[in-house]
Order: sequence, then C-alpha cells, then structure tokens
Amino acid sequence: MSSGNLRLQVTAAPFAHSPRTTAAIMRDVILALLPAVAAAVWLFGIAAVLVLATAILGAVLTDGVFGRQRWAGLKDGSAVLTGLLLGLTLPPGIPLWMALLGGVVAIGLSKVVWGGLGHNLFNPALIGRAFLQAAFPTVLTSWVAPQPGQLFSLPPTTLSIPLQQSGTDVISAATPLGLAKFQHTLTDTLPLFTGQVAGSLGETSALLLLLGGAFLVWRRALDWRIPVSIFASVALFATLAWLAWPTLPPPQFMLFSGGLVLGAVYMATDPVSSPTTPWGAWIFGAGIGLLVVLIRNWGGLPEGVMYAILLMNAAAPLIERATQPRAFGRDERRIP
Amino acid sequence: MSDPVAPEAEKEPSSPVLVGTLTFAGLMSGLLIVGAWQLTLPAITAHKAESLKATVFEVVPGAASIQRLAWDGGALVAKEAPATQQGPAEPVVYGAYDQGGKLLGYAVPAEGPGFQDTISLLYGYDPDSKTILGMRVLDSRETPGLGDKIFKDLAFVGAWAGLPTETVPVIVGKGKKTEAHQVEAISGATISSKAVMRIITTSHAEWTPRLPLRADAPAPAPSAAAETP
Amino acid sequence: MTPAPDRTAEELLKGIWRENPIFVQVLGMCPSLAVTNSAVNAVVMGLATLAVLVASSTLVSLLRRFIPAQVRLSTYIVIIATFVTVADMTLQATLPTVHKQLGAFIALIVVNCLILGRQEAFASKHGVKLAIADAIGMGTGFTLALTILGSLREVLGNGSLFGFPLFGDHYEPWVVMILPPGGFIMLGLILMTFNWWKERKQAATAGGAA
Repeated sequence: MSSGNLRLQVTAAPFAHSPRTTAAIMRDVILALLPAVAAAVWLFGIAAVLVLATAILGAVLTDGVFGRQRWAGLKDGSAVLTGLLLGLTLPPGIPLWMALLGGVVAIGLSKVVWGGLGHNLFNPALIGRAFLQAAFPTVLTSWVAPQPGQLFSLPPTTLSIPLQQSGTDVISAATPLGLAKFQHTLTDTLPLFTGQVAGSLGETSALLLLLGGAFLVWRRALDWRIPVSIFASVALFATLAWLAWPTLPPPQFMLFSGGLVLGAVYMATDPVSSPTTPWGAWIFGAGIGLLVVLIRNWGGLPEGVMYAILLMNAAAPLIERATQPRAFGRDERRIP
Repeated sequence: MSDPVAPEAEKEPSSPVLVGTLTFAGLMSGLLIVGAWQLTLPAITAHKAESLKATVFEVVPGAASIQRLAWDGGALVAKEAPATQQGPAEPVVYGAYDQGGKLLGYAVPAEGPGFQDTISLLYGYDPDSKTILGMRVLDSRETPGLGDKIFKDLAFVGAWAGLPTETVPVIVGKGKKTEAHQVEAISGATISSKAVMRIITTSHAEWTPRLPLRADAPAPAPSAAAETP
Repeated sequence: MTPAPDRTAEELLKGIWRENPIFVQVLGMCPSLAVTNSAVNAVVMGLATLAVLVASSTLVSLLRRFIPAQVRLSTYIVIIATFVTVADMTLQATLPTVHKQLGAFIALIVVNCLILGRQEAFASKHGVKLAIADAIGMGTGFTLALTILGSLREVLGNGSLFGFPLFGDHYEPWVVMILPPGGFIMLGLILMTFNWWKERKQAATAGGAA
C-alpha cells in the first residue's frame, strides 16, 4: 500500500519479504470458498447466486467510487472477498436491496473511512452483517428451509421492492441454533456437518468449509492457530457448560451449528483485524470461543459468532502489544 | 470600570460578597421558578388527568367517569390525589363507572422490568367475571421495531381484552394459543411479551383480594360521577 | 471595548455555519445524539436550548460587572438551571407528548457545555446586544444541526419526516437509525460530509489564489 501502514510494528528479526501478494492470497481464499458457494447454490437455488452477486456488487462499487485507491479492491480481489463473505453470512431469503446495502456498509463504514485495506480495526464483512442485523433484525433472523437441487426456487422475498417491507416472517424456518434455544430440540450432527439445515447461505456445510480451510492452511494463506484455538476453546467451554447444566446444547452441536466454522476459518483469520503474533493468535482464538459459548448459551440471541469476532477484533491491537516477542539483546521489559 | 475577566488585576473580593452574590442568585432563581411553576401547574395537572382518564376509558370500555381509589390497608376509599407528593405513594387503582354511576371495572396501574427498562402499564379488570378488560402500555423503552410492539402491535394489545384470570394467564408462542387464558407472544419480542404478562399477573395477585365486586364497590365522589367524557 | 456596529450580524451568523456548535465545535453531544431520533424531538430540543441560551446570555451579559470572577461559574450555572427549569415546565404544560419523549434530556440542557461555554467565552465579555446576537446564532446553528440529524434519522429509521410517512405504509424501517448507534453513525457521516466539503472549498480557494 502506498499510504502509511497504521499497523506497522517493531518485531524481532528475522525479517523476510514474502513473494506472495495480497492479490494471490485473496484469490486463494476465494478459491477455497467456491465449494461452499456451490453448496449454497445447490441448497438454496438461484436466490444464493443473486444474493452473493449483489453483496459483491455493493462492496466493489463502494470501493471503486469512494476508495482512496479507486477500484484497488477489485484488482486485488479484497473487495470481492468482502462482498462474498458478507453474502455467505446472509439469510437466503434476504431482499436484494438489503444485500446491496450490506455490501456498501461493509466497505464504506469499515474500510474506506478507516483509510483502506490494511487500516481497518474490524472485519469488514461482519461490520456489514452487524449493520444489517441492527437495522433489520426481523429479516436477518428469518430463514428458509433448504431445497436441495431445486436450482430455480426463489423465495418470494428476494425481489421485494427496495425500502418496503418484504413479509419475511411468513417464510420463516428455524435454524438448528434457534431450535435449540427456543424449542429445546437438538438437530443431529450429520445433517449439521453436511449442511442440510436452515441457516445463512454459507454457514450450513461444516464439511465443505473445513475442506476449504485445509486448502488455505496448505497454501499458507491463513494462520492455522486461530481456527484451531477457536474450535478447541468452544469445545472446552461448551463441554464444561454442558456438564454443569445438561439442558444446554452438547459440544458437538456447538461446533458444527451456526456460523462457527465459517467465522473461525474465514473471518477471524482476516490478517488485518487479527493479532499477528503466534501467542496473540492463540489468545484471540480462545477469546472468540469463550464469547461464542457465553452468547449462545446465555445471551438473548441464538447465534453469537459475529459479535464474538467483532469484540475480539477490538481487542486485537491490545493482544498484539502484550504478546510482542522479546527482541534480541533486550530484557523482559523490552529495555536494552 | 473593572474587567471581570482579569480578576488578578483587582482586589480579591471578600467572602461575604461572594456568598452574598450566590445567595442573591439563588433567591432570584427560586422566585422565577416558583412563578413559572404557578403559571404552568394547572395546565400540567390538567394534561396528566386528561391522559389518565383517556387511558382508563380505553382499558375499561364503556366507562363514563373515573374515581381514584386508594388502598388504606383495609379497604378501598375514594380519595383525590394529594396536591403534592408526600411520603411513599399509596397503592391506587381507578374505578371506572358508567353514566349511572355503577362500577364497570377497575383500572389498575402496574409496572415492572421489561427487556430494557421499566414498563409501566394500566389494565382494566372486571371483578365479577374475573376477566381482564384491556391493557395499555403507559411508558416503556423497549427496542424500537421489536419490543415496542407491546403497544404498537394491535393484535397483541387487543388480545388482553376478555382474558380470563381464573387460571393464571400465560404467554405462548405465535399460533400456539389453544386455551382462553393464553396470550400469543409477539414474534421476535418474546421477552417483552412475557414481561407484560409478568407485570400483570404479579399486580393481579396483589390486587384481586383488595378489589370488591361491582355491587360492593365504593361509590364515586359526586363530582366525579357528574363528569362526562 | 467599543464594538463596531457591523459586528452584530457577524456574531449572529458565525454560530449558524462557520462555528456551528455541532458540526464544527462538536459540543453538546449528549442531547444531540440522545433525542434526535425524530425531527420533531430534534426541533423542540433545539428550540428549548435556544431559549435557555438567549435568556442566560442576556442576563449574564447584563450582570457581568457585578458577578465576582471567583463565583462566576456557579452563578452562571444557577442562572442556566433556572431557565432550564422554566423551559422544562413550559414544555410540560404546552407540549406534554413531546416532553414525555424528551424526558430527562430537557433537564440535562443544564450541563450542555455549549451554554456554559457561551457564557464564559462570550456573554461575560461583551455587551447585551452582541451577547444576544451570539446566543441566537449559536442556538439557531444548534437547532439546525439537530434538525438535520433528526430528520435523516427519522427518514431512515421510521420512513417519515415530522411524522408524515414518505414511503407508504409498508416501509421497512432501519431500526438501528433510531437506536443510539444510529445517532453515532449518522453524526459521523454528516461530520465526514461537512469536513470533505470544507476541505474541497479550501482547496478551491487556495488553488484560485495561487
């Protein structure tokens, strides 16, 4: 980036220049998400294509028109990825104008106003989603049941007129987390793992998301410590909570339901808004896992991955500062 | 002329001068406020009484006049509100009477914790048929768009009219009402719906033994009975 | 101090735009964020502040020779609190519904730093005429800014302006806009636009001069 890097740190040697460019990493991440995108299309039909495309359009256009370096987010793929990730967190029946607005907010409020790629404190896709959730709470928690293979099925709400009510409450299906929280019924682990359940476009199939994650680890496009620590932390705290209060959902359900896999593999690992130090990554992931368990078990909402990641995003600079490795020749207090 | 912004240039004023200035300012301020209070009090009291009366007429349909009834520890007595609040507020309900001065029901004010802040409401109760006649939220800070449906969702507001209380009423999920004593929750605002129910049942449990049947109800004060809406 | 006669207009106008209390000085954020969830609330809050400001500035300017510097802040606060209480009771008597919505924030005008700031920075150092001009300017600027903020939030958050629906009966409200975060988001966006516009104007003037 040409402008000054706000996250410039003094870290210990060795310093190495990576030949990998931002564009190459973004391409890998988008590639890794393609199986999940294909699954979304198979489960929710053409509505998935439209929602994802609109969210990407909103993100890319905002970056192109208002970005400091116009269209940079299109060229290096970062704005495309933000839009895609945002789209994957949205419910399949969301009106398209809301998806577009989400894309605009994701780039506008969390990247452009902070100074562009590399300067944002929060994950842009989640900011877009958090805004939509706060603005349209009913629509963002109205789900449709998946209809595998029916490619041309289109929920009546998708094409609703901008700014007008869409009547999403009439098409409502319940997500596994919603069922667990409000009806106290658990969904079996196998459908959860393969994704045959109601939920947002990209969160349903834990299997495909994990495959994409494995690909990224192999390509070294993400810090494996973050998802591993999130899963370990959720497993630990969910087990403790479940042992203490057996009415709460068991750990295998907590791990594979909702947006946990999507968030842990693709959102929490955003290199801009997560700590870069190894110890920082462990603490960051453990914090997210703890918050997820707390919010899901005792919060007012069924799902808490988004808020957990955003809260830990805010704590990331502090974690990073506290976990700076000791530079050679300096003592514990980093004084020479 | 001395410049007030350059105090170090002049002699330090003595303490009595400072105290005197502040005393004078306080005195003038007090006079002004009392004057404004005298001028505005009648209008404020009238507004409050009017809005209370309108709400009572809504929760007890058909009412033509109201009477403030205070619980003195042993019986309900017709008693006007004291001009100024002194000591702890006495428990109060409002009797709602028809044209002929016969009691139709009681309007009971109640409050309790909601999702965000205290919800205060008024509900009408008929002691003879033991049913709730209506409910109106007076004040709340529930989430706009969700929790505020406790007074914006007319289906929910209307659901309280005619609710029997022989079995303690409960909130059930949307579309799950099978029995008369159930009220359907507002979708997306289950917590606020349950809060309203809890406030009413709590208040009801406290008040039922105190509220006499229609025939034994305290008569309205003559002035109140003469009032027409 | 001999004020030139033409300064009155200048003192009046500066508060509306060049030194706007909200958009430039960013003062009095508590009422501006808390009560601007509808245009009516914003206008009433602005006018109440304007009335208190004008009354306090007049009195402080009149009494500026008699208030000892050591107790000036306490005296100003007593004066301001008096007018706020009067405004509070007047509103309660005339517009009970709006008063109910504004709630405690009318009483909190007392601690609006805009008002005390104008007493300390202006009214206590200038004649009555200039003090009133300054108070009217600042109060109007405050009211205008609050109205802009409140209108935008009401339009998005409720689909209406001054209570009149703009988008029909089936508007999908952006709930966040009438919640507290909406106040911060909207104020941020307005400040951004305001500063962008000012920078562009300055750049244009600098370019023209060079």
